[in-house]
Amino acid sequence: MSEVLVVIDHADGEVKKPTFELLTIARRLGEPSAVFFGSPEQGDAVAEKVKKYGAAKVYVVDDAQIKGYLVAPKAEALQQLAEKTSPAAILLPSTFENKEVAGRLAIKLGSGLITDAVDVADDGTTTQSVFAGNYTVQAKVTHGTPIITVKPNSAAPEEAEGAGTVEAFAATVSDAAKTAQIVATQPRQSTGRPELTEAAIVVSGGRGTGGNFEPVEGFADSLGAAVGASRAAVDSGWMPHAFQVGQTGKTVSPQLYVANGISGAIQHRAGMQTSKTIIAVNKDPEAPIFELVDFGVVGDLHTVLPAATEKVKERKG
Amino acid sequence: MNIVVCVKYVPDATADRKFEDDYTVDRVGVDGLLSELDEYAVEQALQFREKREGEDITVTALTVGPEKAVDAVRKALQMGADSGVHVVDDAIAGSDYLGTSLVLAKAIEKVKADSGADLVLCGMASTDASGSVVPAMLAERLGMPQVTLASVIESQGDQVRIKRDNEGSTEVIGATLPIVLSVTDQSGEARYPSFKGIMAAKKKPLETWSLSDLGLDAEQVGLSVAYTQVEDTTARPPRTAGEIVTDEDGSGAGALVDFLASKKFI
Ligand SMILES: Cc1cc2nc3c(=O)[nH]c(=O)nc-3n(C[C@H](O)[C@H](O)[C@H](O)COP(=O)(O)OP(=O)(O)OC[C@H]3O[C@@H](n4cnc5c(N)ncnc54)[C@H](O)[C@@H]3O)c2cc1C
Ligand SMILES: Cc1cc2nc3c(=O)[nH]c(=O)nc-3n(C[C@H](O)[C@H](O)[C@H](O)COP(=O)(O)OP(=O)(O)OC[C@H]3O[C@@H](n4cnc5c(N)ncnc54)[C@H](O)[C@@H]3O)c2cc1C
Repeated sequence: MSEVLVVIDHADGEVKKPTFELLTIARRLGEPSAVFFGSPEQGDAVAEKVKKYGAAKVYVVDDAQIKGYLVAPKAEALQQLAEKTSPAAILLPSTFENKEVAGRLAIKLGSGLITDAVDVADDGTTTQSVFAGNYTVQAKVTHGTPIITVKPNSAAPEEAEGAGTVEAFAATVSDAAKTAQIVATQPRQSTGRPELTEAAIVVSGGRGTGGNFEPVEGFADSLGAAVGASRAAVDSGWMPHAFQVGQTGKTVSPQLYVANGISGAIQHRAGMQTSKTIIAVNKDPEAPIFELVDFGVVGDLHTVLPAATEKVKERKG
Repeated sequence: MNIVVCVKYVPDATADRKFEDDYTVDRVGVDGLLSELDEYAVEQALQFREKREGEDITVTALTVGPEKAVDAVRKALQMGADSGVHVVDDAIAGSDYLGTSLVLAKAIEKVKADSGADLVLCGMASTDASGSVVPAMLAERLGMPQVTLASVIESQGDQVRIKRDNEGSTEVIGATLPIVLSVTDQSGEARYPSFKGIMAAKKKPLETWSLSDLGLDAEQVGLSVAYTQVEDTTARPPRTAGEIVTDEDGSGAGALVDFLASKKFI
């Protein structure tokens, strides 16, 4: 069976959920080989995690020559790995950075690229959700090694034992790939809440919060949810940009999305319309967000959410 | 110094967007405009020039697209770009990322030969396909440093520094001109064309190039040679209307929590 390269999504060796989703998808196409860009010391621990989801091999690429520069070195390393392994496909978690890596890799390998897939069938046919979720598109790579970036929450991770054989891969990074230097990195402070793109439940607030996110955060915490925001809330300086849901923020596809004081503009919908269940709290019965909802409350979020938070806590005991 | 700003003509996101029978986007039968996210790129090109008063800096707006796409270039000229280039050729229709980035890269090389390309500026994504890949692909093809997704841009001499929001961190990226730079909608509101700008735009040079002007032929781009193929498109069925309740004396919270429980979220 051919190898399928799966780029591991991790934060300092901590493997993230989309990796397991990708490994599950990769098993439909061939034998998954996980690719770890990171510190070689963490290779074994990472291999333990990914072999539970079927990784037969784990290529450990020392990122000492890679992490100080933007995107280009990773594309070079993946090109070299692809040339060595002739994979059936290359899958990457769909982040802004990985999409850029994939774009450069597509040129290097002369291969077709599909971005933001929400599903990949066993014959390689991908599904994309486009035009703010109003259309789905079925597509296929027809030239070269299919390179596919896959959105979080595109598959339920299924365990399967893999050999997880660790293999160090020495990539050569050219000087030409080292021209955009990362001169400083400021890690974002953890909120203690689930990651926005991975969360099963997302509770968001918009301009209707009036800048007070406490009711939104309180309700989110009662449900164990991530917190999101509309661009209006971000532009007002109430929430950092990392929390923005929508076309120019994060795309989320949780089991439940709760929009509070958000009108439902097309650019916001683009980031949340594929959520399984949608709830809105808005004081305007005419707000377009109500066209999307499974359940809606016409009311003031500042009274509805705190009361709902209490009731959820009571039920949970 | 010459700045090339890449602007895409897209269907209006607030109107009905649809696909043709060959599954390409209907770009002719619908209202289109300069992608709002590319207005930010034009704005940053103009600010780059304004901040470096005294230097001889020109801005060329470049689009690849059908006849009507020239409107995107016109808007950029009205905002303040100095000259425009419209690459149009029936053979380009239906190009994928590889085809589009190839045509753009060749066009940028031609601009470079004529008047220079010290800074290639792009938006963060088109508002129709939202790939966010073309700028990185241009950097790859042109062999220029990739400095993408900037929310803050600073430059001095030939040094450029930007701020970029990454998944778990904010990064500062530094590079030396010439570079490919893409900017986000956090980089600062784009200006509206002034009346004077609109009048002046009419006299600005605007060139139209075909594939052969770029040394490309029809076998290298377009739908028929795309590296990806769309097999089907389906309009998503409208969401079935949900239950809407009006909050009266706290009834809304109760109903909301009952709904959550019925769906097993609590
Ligand atoms: C190129 C481009 C990209 C964009 N990208 C994004 C994006 O990524 N994400 C995004 O969100 N937007 C994006 N936008 C902006 C988008 O068009 C909207 O302007 C934005 O989503 C509006 O945010 P909002 O719903 O919070 O605010 P508003 O539209 O002002 O809506 C506020 C809502 O709150 C309700 N409300 C007020 N008070 C209360 C109360 N006390 N209780 C309950 N409800 C209340 C009001 O009835 C109203 O419906 C983009 C726009 C452009 C042009
Ligand atoms: C819904 C949809 C999904 C698609 N999915 C895929 C896919 O998975 N794989 C694939 O290969 N192709 C795909 N395509 C085709 C692809 O979008 C086109 O090739 C497109 O021309 C370039 O991609 P983009 O618009 O996503 O650009 P982006 O990468 O989002 O554009 C970023 C920036 O590049 C510049 N730019 C992009 N296009 C132009 C232009 N024509 N003229 C001037 N400047 C430009 C602008 O500055 C823009 O802001 C898809 C198209 C659609 C409509």
